[in-house]
Amino acid sequence: MSLALSRPARSAAPGVFVALALTLAVGWLLVTIDGGQLFSQSTTVSLLHVAAGLGLVAVGQTMVIIGGSLDLSVAYVLSLSTLVAAEAMNGRDGALLPGAGLALAVSAAIGLLNGVLVTKVRINAFIATVGVGLLLKGYLENGYDGPAGKAAPALVRTLGYQRIGPVPVSFLLLLAVAAAAWFALTRTRFGHHLIAVGGDPEVARLSGVRNDRILVTAHVLCSLCAGLAGIYLAARLGAGAPRVGTEGLYDLESIAAVVLGGAALAGGRGGVAGTVGGVLLLASIDAIFNQLEVDAFVKQVIRGVIIIAAVAVYARRALRKAA
Amino acid sequence: MSDPPPSPLLTLRGIGKSFLGVRVLGGVDLDVVPGEVHAVVGENGAGKSTLMKVVSGGYAPDEGTMEFAGVPRTFRGPRDAQRAGIGIVHQEFNLLPERSVAENVYLGHEPVRRGLVDRATMLGRTAELLASIGEGALPPGARVGDLGVARQQVVEIVKALALDARLLIMDEPTAALADHEVEQLYTLVRRLQRRGIGVLYVSHRIREVFDLASRITVLKDGRLVTTVDAGDVGAGQLVRHMVGRDLSSYYPGRAAPGESGAVRLAVRDGGNRTLRGVDLRLRAGEVLGVGGLQGSGRSALARALFGAVPFTTGEVTLDGAPVRLRSPRAAMRAGIAYVTEDRKGEGIVGGRSVLDNALLASRAVAPAWRGRGARTARIRELLAAVDVRAAGEDQEIRFLSGGNQQKVVLARWLALGPRVLLFDEPTRGIDVGAKSAIHDLVRRLARDGAAVLMISSELPELLGMSDRIIVMRDGRIAGELPAGATEENVLALALGTAPEAAR
Repeated sequence: MSLALSRPARSAAPGVFVALALTLAVGWLLVTIDGGQLFSQSTTVSLLHVAAGLGLVAVGQTMVIIGGSLDLSVAYVLSLSTLVAAEAMNGRDGALLPGAGLALAVSAAIGLLNGVLVTKVRINAFIATVGVGLLLKGYLENGYDGPAGKAAPALVRTLGYQRIGPVPVSFLLLLAVAAAAWFALTRTRFGHHLIAVGGDPEVARLSGVRNDRILVTAHVLCSLCAGLAGIYLAARLGAGAPRVGTEGLYDLESIAAVVLGGAALAGGRGGVAGTVGGVLLLASIDAIFNQLEVDAFVKQVIRGVIIIAAVAVYARRALRKAA
Repeated sequence: MSDPPPSPLLTLRGIGKSFLGVRVLGGVDLDVVPGEVHAVVGENGAGKSTLMKVVSGGYAPDEGTMEFAGVPRTFRGPRDAQRAGIGIVHQEFNLLPERSVAENVYLGHEPVRRGLVDRATMLGRTAELLASIGEGALPPGARVGDLGVARQQVVEIVKALALDARLLIMDEPTAALADHEVEQLYTLVRRLQRRGIGVLYVSHRIREVFDLASRITVLKDGRLVTTVDAGDVGAGQLVRHMVGRDLSSYYPGRAAPGESGAVRLAVRDGGNRTLRGVDLRLRAGEVLGVGGLQGSGRSALARALFGAVPFTTGEVTLDGAPVRLRSPRAAMRAGIAYVTEDRKGEGIVGGRSVLDNALLASRAVAPAWRGRGARTARIRELLAAVDVRAAGEDQEIRFLSGGNQQKVVLARWLALGPRVLLFDEPTRGIDVGAKSAIHDLVRRLARDGAAVLMISSELPELLGMSDRIIVMRDGRIAGELPAGATEENVLALALGTAPEAAR
């Protein structure tokens, strides 16, 4: 009999890519009519830079959301990471790797805390991660009034500004991280177990999955991704920035990207590819509005409408499937 | 089959289990030999599920010994039992609908090569396992959520086989299956049997038990009644084993012939997703008992009458006038009250006071500001009348005993002066003393002219309280019995071993 190897168990999330293509087509038309150019080198580069920052956070967020959890502390972790990296480097190339390593270690520790609060202390993920976020916020606001530290020049040159054609190195980093995450989700036991924990914790437990350990790992990975995004932003800005995470709305936007990518907020369904699509969609909308010089408030409203509409479409599809 | 008796796969001796000092299982002996289908039967609450949980590692027994494959075992959890070779197919499937068949089968023990999940091996082995039980047509890459119930069950069974289960527990495996799917399950079970796998088959469907099992163990009230060879007993005898108990407790006197009055609530051909062709007449002044097994549609009937899950077909009349009971609110306004079986989840708001809980229904149907003082005064009277024992009316209701909570719920409904009262397991989880107080209250309400419908799984209660009994099976009314019916009459109708009574 055939093993049905070629038949996919479930379709990937092409919906978000259709939406992305449509958005780009319509955006291109509008921008062209407006007399601008959507696919110019500079627009493309800035679009990909935006996508790189948000994307790194969103890939991490994908992990916890698939596991049925959530991380609302990522924006603060990101800000903290810029500061830890920039202050440790203090403008010295020699301190690049130790600085980056320290930033990642701090991020991972916060992820561990989040994970332990959610699994062992059994605090709802929403509350636990907001709490940890507020804790970090207190530290950041108390300790810093503005930018601090100085990123290593080599880091600024490479991760911050270097690119291959129109593609920034940072975007390549995002693709590498996304590929690794995709691999982890689909090809490792950890990934299979994570999806199971998010789908139905009881089923996972009765099947011998160590739920807590899996979910803690996911939280650590999520925080690591936010920390990595922080290092990238430190490279971009040349310094540590205590409010870059919250001002960039990385917490809510990363969740929006994951959901746009077709993941279920309840867990158990979703994928990295969809998330990257969601990130590109949000970044494209951003780029188009910038080109059209849309008022910032109107921009927020339209983005909100798009996210709600997209999720409504998914919900309807899920309903039809259930019926 | 070879001649020397095969050594048993599973041996239980004197197994007992108590919860909070209540002994729910005691002195159970049972053994299963390889390749045997051993059925476990009993009424609701006979201890079947508890026993299965003990065997599959869900509960640790307080008494007795368990041997599996000749080795004394105590399982620390379901995983422990699984690893030892005991698989369980639950009534509700433990599957992830979003994942593929193979991913579900190998969840928790995915084959790994060089640190990565070996998908080809996983799919291949799943396909082999499926083929080995004659289900080769089921693609291992299919999404489980896309499969029908019967095939999901196959996936559950394969999941157990993938762990090399030598004993398979099947808990009411046909509950979710259509008739033609049951035949397929039989075939499957026989195939497992031929492979030398022992099957513990829990069911309350007598016919299935005789179709499949070679031996039958009967439990009642948590104790072993007997283990018989299926060939040696008939259905009637088996039912008698399942019942065999005397009516010992006291119940208030039934309605005198003249006391039940005109038809108050009538349903003609009522139906919805779970109910079909329900014809029902409920008279003022009577207690109509509703019997049947869990899932037979008893609660669905009460919920339909209360508008919680309304009838979608048929007609309902109240005192001769047609009514539409589309929501609980509509039913309440029509004078129908419903005391739910799930007191903790649906009956009370645990963190609110006794008084608030009692006022819930009155406040819901009338604006909070109208007649407030009088309403509260009336509730106080009712709370006193039903004899609620609480530290005070401001005490949080969750600190009250089950019986007192139930009295508060009752007072809540009495405040609306209902014409029809629907009781779903009114004495579940209530101690003996409070039980007879509730029984007296129910009877008093009927005597005062209310029409009472009372669902009960406890046969003595059902028989002792009811003026008439209807028995439900598979969403229909299987038959009606007069006062003075026996437990066997009720069970026969509930199990479908007797021809449906003429109605």
